Amino acid sequence: MAKELLKGNVAFAEAAVRYGLEAYFGYPITPQSEALEHLSGRMVELGRVFLQAESEVAAVNMVYGAASAGVRVMTSTSGPGFALMAEGLSYIAGSEVPAVFVNMMRGGPGLGNIQPSQADYFFMTKTAGHGDFHPLVLAPASIQELIDMMGLAFELAEKYRTLVYIAGDGSLGQMMESAELPPMQPLREKRPDWAVIGCEGRDPNIITSLYLGAKNLEAVNIRLQKKLAEIKQNETRWKEYETEDAEILLVAYGTVGRICTSVVRESRKQGLKIGLLRPQTLWPFPDTRIRELAAQVKAILVSEMSAGQMLEDVERTAQGQCPVKFYGRLGGVVPLTDEILSETRKLVREVA
Amino acid sequence: MKHEETIISGFGGQGALFAGQLLAYAGIAETLYVTWIPSYGPEMRGGTANCTVILSEEEIGAPIIQNPTAAIVLNLPSMEKYEPLVKPGGLLIVNQSLIPVESTRQDIRVITIPATDIATELGNPRMANLVLLGAFIQATGLISMESLESELGKHISERHRKWLEPNKEALHKGAEFA
Amino acid sequence: MSIEVKIPDEMELVYEYPDALTEVSSHYCPGCTHGIVHRLVAEVIDELGIREKTIGVAPVGCAVLAYKYIKTDFVEAAHGRALAMATGIKRVNPDKIVFTYQGDGDLAAIGTAETVHAANRGELLTTVFINNAIYGMTGGQMAPTTLPGMITTSSPTGRDVITAGYPIKMSEILAQTTGAVYITRESATNLGAIRKTKKAIKRAFMAQIAGLGYACVEVVSTCCTNWNMDPWEAMKWAEENMTEYFPLGTFKMTDEVKALQVR
Repeated sequence: MAKELLKGNVAFAEAAVRYGLEAYFGYPITPQSEALEHLSGRMVELGRVFLQAESEVAAVNMVYGAASAGVRVMTSTSGPGFALMAEGLSYIAGSEVPAVFVNMMRGGPGLGNIQPSQADYFFMTKTAGHGDFHPLVLAPASIQELIDMMGLAFELAEKYRTLVYIAGDGSLGQMMESAELPPMQPLREKRPDWAVIGCEGRDPNIITSLYLGAKNLEAVNIRLQKKLAEIKQNETRWKEYETEDAEILLVAYGTVGRICTSVVRESRKQGLKIGLLRPQTLWPFPDTRIRELAAQVKAILVSEMSAGQMLEDVERTAQGQCPVKFYGRLGGVVPLTDEILSETRKLVREVA
Repeated sequence: MKHEETIISGFGGQGALFAGQLLAYAGIAETLYVTWIPSYGPEMRGGTANCTVILSEEEIGAPIIQNPTAAIVLNLPSMEKYEPLVKPGGLLIVNQSLIPVESTRQDIRVITIPATDIATELGNPRMANLVLLGAFIQATGLISMESLESELGKHISERHRKWLEPNKEALHKGAEFA
Repeated sequence: MSIEVKIPDEMELVYEYPDALTEVSSHYCPGCTHGIVHRLVAEVIDELGIREKTIGVAPVGCAVLAYKYIKTDFVEAAHGRALAMATGIKRVNPDKIVFTYQGDGDLAAIGTAETVHAANRGELLTTVFINNAIYGMTGGQMAPTTLPGMITTSSPTGRDVITAGYPIKMSEILAQTTGAVYITRESATNLGAIRKTKKAIKRAFMAQIAGLGYACVEVVSTCCTNWNMDPWEAMKWAEENMTEYFPLGTFKMTDEVKALQVR
């Protein structure tokens, strides 16, 4: 396949189709509606399932149903819609069925606006839904990575029978970039053994998150936690730029992460020893590596399109080995290269 | 190394976004890295439709920028907004037909073209965007006219196909000003 | 544990445990109508020979454990979302039979939107809707279908329609949706009514099998525990009071559904 000019929302939708998406249920919301629009034509043309639900509440439960039936299924939304899905996310986590969610984050709280934001970090990695669980959260920084992570998301969701979220933002959804789509892959031929497809020749399969009796539910939770530990062990992903000799470490993900690659490039031109760690998974978080780097560098600068959410994970991970500073923009404003660069220079002077 | 961060801005309907996409398509045809992002981030507001297009030989970091290396302005509000932001040593291409003021910048190259008038003479004032784009690629040498013409043929809508040849002419007319 | 029973040659077998019903004691209170309706669903599944291709969707409410009693593949939905979940299952299993079993809080309060929209889309689904005018599982609070003046643990002086609004008539509402093909209100309060209810449930499943559209059978039921009545008293109370506000009868039946031969 050759590189094409692809819009983020269309790119991940088409990538999902090519990675064998069998069903999509969704509700329009800016800035991700182009994905739903693309799939409304594409899925039907391929004889697959597409349904525009009456709400995100319905959409997530349709996803839950189709996931229980063992098909490759997803939805996509933005903050306000994702909030409505929280109930279903918890049920899916409790029932351990695989499902993929894309959240193109926008400015909040409330109706906020439709500009890019990263203020759903807490919500996506820690709080979306009641009970003890973590989804696996992937954070793409370019349209190529968004495409590639679509395939990875399905793979991981099915491997661990878990929730996988893709944490994008409005600019990633709305921008166009040169990228390459995967070739069309055949659909899976067989549904998994645990799926509800009628109990012909076997005992009935039950998909539930209900476990009466505290000890029963504790046992289930212990098993879930073990699985999460395994995910943490195997699936933590990040990218490093010029960290070998770095004296200041930038930590940023997604759109801000890629902006920070420009910051590193610029600062290196000016002779500053700046490096970048860009988490590609927000949960699990690259704890160990950041802890190592915190021992090496003089200071860390975290940058986000939020008031400092991932910041808390970096602070927790750095364990006081070096100062951790923050530069963020709020309400849909994107921090630009020059701003982060000047914050970095300030920090260089402070720790000199 | 080729690397150009361009903002194209005008009223909605002047084709700023399309001109940006065309530039992006041509960039890909010439195997450059490309990003195109519409009115987003701090540069939005002010009644203009604009996009930022980055073409580069190296992988692109920030897709959103404060100070472009080049700006193509189709109307007065865009001129007022982006003329001061162009990086020193950069390029400003001005649609003189709709912008009755002159740039005071001494540290950038300014190309002034009566683009809407030229486009009107060619049959449709809405081709002003391509007059200006023609000047831009001539002045920067970022991509070839052939790539641009070929991508135009691929991406012009069916409805506007009858304007393909006049559009190509618009590109060439613009190039003469650079 | 099943007990081997030898039937003498001169006697005819007229009653047996349905295949689709698990042989366990249920958690339902003595006198609860859920047991009756579970059995009807199981009998219909057996008679239609669809046990191995049926998927049930259990609600949140007293019937939350329905999957322990009805021997088909099952999922347990979030409160009120049974029909959205069922939509997801049916759309990816178009050749299977999918039904929801829901109570009044589930279907008529928290899940009203999902219910109305699934019906209106004409989803090929069957719903068995138990209306006993009260929240049973959570301890007898007011339901959307609680009758005016009825005392519950959250309407201690009786449902005041000025502040709490009126009982919602779901069958009448669902009958207005274009996608529904069969909407009926039956009851489980006497033997004749139970026989009619079974026939209605069977017709509702057959409508799905024939690919006609959405079908819902509302069953006027009792909750002797939370109504503070003995089972017979509760049945009588339901007949005398509930059917006045919730009249029995078929609110929508298309010609195609009418033409189904239900035996």
